[in-house]
Amino acid sequence: MSARLTLISPEILLFAGSVVVAVLGLARNPAMRRAVPFVTALFLLASIGVTAYVYRSDAVETSGLMLPHLGGYAKALLASIGILLVMLAGPTIDRRLEEAFDAGRASFDPIRVMRGEFFAFFLLSIAGTMLIANAADLIWLFLALELASLPTYVMVAVSRGTRRAQEAAIKYFFLGALSAATFLYGFALLYGATGTLELSKIAEVLASQSAAGGISTLAIVGGVLSVLGIGFKLAAVPMHFYAPDVYEGASSATTAFLGFVPKVAGVIALMVLLAVFGFDGHTVTAGGSTIVMPGLPAPLAAVLWMVAVLTMTLGNIGALLQRNVKRMLAYSSIAQSGYLIIGLLSGPEAGWSAVLFYLIGYGVTNTAMFAVLASLERNGEDVETLDDLAGLRTRHPVLAWMLAASAISLIGMPPLIGFFGKLSLFSAALGAGHTQLVIIAAVNSAISAFYYLQLVAVPMLGQPNARTETVQAVPSAWPRIAAVVCGVGVIVMPIGVSKLVAAAGSSLPEGKIVASTPSAAETAIAKR
Amino acid sequence: MLSTLTSLLLILPLLAAGLVALSPERLSKWIATAATLVIFAVSIAFAWSFTGWTDGSIAPRELGLSIMPSLGVNLSLGADAVGAMLILLTTFLMPLAMIGSFTAVKEREREYYAWFLLLQAAMLGVFLARDAIVFYTAYEFTLVPMYFLIAIYGGAERRAASIKFFLYTFFGSVLTLSGVIYIAAQNAAAAGSAWSFDLATLADFASTKLSPTQQYWVFILLMSGFAVKVPLFPVHTWLPLAHDQAPTAGSVILAGTLLKLGTYGIYRIALPAAPVGVVELNQFFAILCIIGIVYTALICWVQHDAKKLIAYSSVSHLGFCMLGLFSLNSIGATGSVMYMINHGLSTGALFLCIGMIYERYHTKDMDQLGGLFKRMPVWSFFMVFFTLASLGLPGLNGFIGEFLCLMGCFTAEPHSVSGYPGVLGPWYALVAGSGLVLAAMYLLIMLGKLVWGPLKEPHGHDHGHGHGHGHDHAAHSDSGLPTDLSAREVGILVPLAVVCLAIGFFPKPMLTAIAPSVDQTLAKYPKLVEQYAHDGSLIKPTTAKDPRVAMAQPSSDK
Repeated sequence: MSARLTLISPEILLFAGSVVVAVLGLARNPAMRRAVPFVTALFLLASIGVTAYVYRSDAVETSGLMLPHLGGYAKALLASIGILLVMLAGPTIDRRLEEAFDAGRASFDPIRVMRGEFFAFFLLSIAGTMLIANAADLIWLFLALELASLPTYVMVAVSRGTRRAQEAAIKYFFLGALSAATFLYGFALLYGATGTLELSKIAEVLASQSAAGGISTLAIVGGVLSVLGIGFKLAAVPMHFYAPDVYEGASSATTAFLGFVPKVAGVIALMVLLAVFGFDGHTVTAGGSTIVMPGLPAPLAAVLWMVAVLTMTLGNIGALLQRNVKRMLAYSSIAQSGYLIIGLLSGPEAGWSAVLFYLIGYGVTNTAMFAVLASLERNGEDVETLDDLAGLRTRHPVLAWMLAASAISLIGMPPLIGFFGKLSLFSAALGAGHTQLVIIAAVNSAISAFYYLQLVAVPMLGQPNARTETVQAVPSAWPRIAAVVCGVGVIVMPIGVSKLVAAAGSSLPEGKIVASTPSAAETAIAKR
Repeated sequence: MLSTLTSLLLILPLLAAGLVALSPERLSKWIATAATLVIFAVSIAFAWSFTGWTDGSIAPRELGLSIMPSLGVNLSLGADAVGAMLILLTTFLMPLAMIGSFTAVKEREREYYAWFLLLQAAMLGVFLARDAIVFYTAYEFTLVPMYFLIAIYGGAERRAASIKFFLYTFFGSVLTLSGVIYIAAQNAAAAGSAWSFDLATLADFASTKLSPTQQYWVFILLMSGFAVKVPLFPVHTWLPLAHDQAPTAGSVILAGTLLKLGTYGIYRIALPAAPVGVVELNQFFAILCIIGIVYTALICWVQHDAKKLIAYSSVSHLGFCMLGLFSLNSIGATGSVMYMINHGLSTGALFLCIGMIYERYHTKDMDQLGGLFKRMPVWSFFMVFFTLASLGLPGLNGFIGEFLCLMGCFTAEPHSVSGYPGVLGPWYALVAGSGLVLAAMYLLIMLGKLVWGPLKEPHGHDHGHGHGHGHDHAAHSDSGLPTDLSAREVGILVPLAVVCLAIGFFPKPMLTAIAPSVDQTLAKYPKLVEQYAHDGSLIKPTTAKDPRVAMAQPSSDK
């Protein structure tokens, strides 16, 4: 048990951080309130250090988790991208209010300031996502998923203080609650089918069921419901409807967060859950005998297959029809989830490491795009439509270039990072025999080129007009710095691609998923 | 030495592109020109020390830098004789295209030259790649610079043209990528999950270990990208638009080298990797080639726009090139490689000539122009020269490739008495040959309109000319160019003309260099062709008859 506590020290640190930030945000002194984003970033930076430290200790091996190394990678990834996301959100939250305070138009009112809450929730959501990787039982998994989700509803609502943001938050909340009910129901069925909440025990029971003739229908239904419910986090079909409205309603900086952190949460939760069902050729030790798993249960694999195909196709077709950049990127992020599910379906070695590697590239590219949007404003409002971006190159050449580079990377154009992500995913899927899925994905990425190209063509080649004359850069330089860091990252990251792939690969088990270890058994006894 | 030069060929254009991007606007064209000349010099040195001229081998053979160890992707560079020739073609055309842009491009110059250098790096990357992922990376990356070149510097419909160009080629090439990864995945499964993307390894594996059905589908996947790039008949529609809208230098490079990426891809990847698929679908693709040849030749006949005419003639000519390759015998394939080089030279030159007219008259419409011989005798000389080269006049470069392609197709019967078998035959050659007659017609009609006959110049232009009447070197009112070609323009066209003549009169060194490479690529085909002729299909007959299934058996036992 102490090993597991050691492993969650990055999360504990972030919890502490969220308290500090929440209090700091209420300070009467404006300098202290201004320090909130910096403190948030510092805590994230510290959590990277702590992650690097604890995941090198032997706590990892004795933790009894089914995917013990996954957490190290996921936490470092989340915290690193998190720092970039802070750069986006920092100057935008409460900007009007702070300006009013500075100008003396309003007197300080702790009820109205939101910056502290926003960043406290920001850290809580990231901490929740990190906790998913450490889940050893279904209750933990459910609570961690909820901890990752609940703060995001508040973040959307307070992100820009408009009715549209509140409407988006309400939609997000109700659909989120629906999805939570769905996967909780799935978890309940899994419990009913196996009689235990512990993931490693469930894996054992399912393995013995499988050896005795087949996994019970109850468990499979539970698995399917859980996958569909968790699909909400990824914005995967059929839980994708909220994405365009919510992305559009939230501020660009919050949308960047929504495009990445919940997606990582969903991917990791699915990994933790799917590991229980066992993959082709993986061995599980149950009751003293070693059982070789035949692969994912056919209905579950079929559901994932359908979800992957529908998600990427509907996402891409939806994006084709949009003129609003945020809605377009929402559909694009749906489509990206489809590609991720292909990787999840392709097995825990090549497939999952491809997924984890893909997430780095996706996180940086996604942040770059929204950073460009967050750097611009028109009459104090977010810039949202393609028309607003026409001829961006003439006035903000660097931002236009960064947007173009990220869009070209999302197309999957070599030699940018997006290509290497797709290459690993497609290789893993073909290695696992999913030829049709890869052809469908290839056709889909060709379709996606059409709308991503608009994000290149409109800013780079369009003519500025009266409407774009009023588009200006926001006063703070931080979003622009984030845009440049991420945009350059998209271009130069391929140089270190072998290191990134190796890091993703080493965070996953080789050859088998360990279902039962002494320490897991010990904790089970200790609990009773 | 050789491997250093090889790396330099890839690194120099990239460095130069960076340098141009950071240079002052007015220096950019000079830096770009100097860089392309240096790269040309490096490529000459490369050709000089290249060891594969005589035996068709690939040189250098050193393993490159490892990019993705988990997938076995290496930055391995090297070329065989065919690749080396295409490298020379690229580096030769590039400085000419740069110098040809001096007066045509007036704004965003820095970006223009930087994109061209990036494009050159990508094209050289394709011809130098020995790794499938490096090949694909370079192949695909050509889209980005070309997209911007068309979209920023093109004609009135440039946006539509650039998007169409990008989407068509991208759609095809992602399928090609799936095909390549499919082979690699099968190879990895057979080799105990040790991935490799080495082209030779993949081709060797795919041609011997994949079942006929697998090879059939792999060939379809590979061709879906290459056919768009070539372009073959039903997917050629992006090309005329792209050519028409691209700036002159863009068209020169597009016709000169970019289209050859498709044919080279087929030659380098599809033919060696999926021989069963090639033979099985040979007649189908040959018919597509022939439809393309005749259909686009007929379109050329009714064109009013000189640049579009040359663009459509490109489709028609590339049809011959592909037909030669699909003859599957050494005559046809050798002719096809010759055709790749020569089409690049003569069509590139024709685009330059039309560009020079466009810069002066701002129109390419043949109804508004005519009898230019009276006004521009020097230009007319070059125009006639390159048109004749393009339609295959013996003694100029176009003839030899065209003749060999058709001859290869003609003798490509399964039991050919000439010893150059294939699954096509005289009928295919005969119908395709009508394209030659049509080519002569439409090209001569073009010459008749543009060069000969009564002088015709667009309205509004005569006035500007009135002042310069009687003074041959009087500056044009708007373009600042002399009436006839300037020394710079003559300087661009002369090297092209010299090379056209040299190849036309003395093609033997090229032919002898190409032959061994072609023989290696086609080594498996005579046997398959014979079997195809015997069974009527390589896929349908009972598996017992099929020797390759027996060969595939041991691998599945492993």
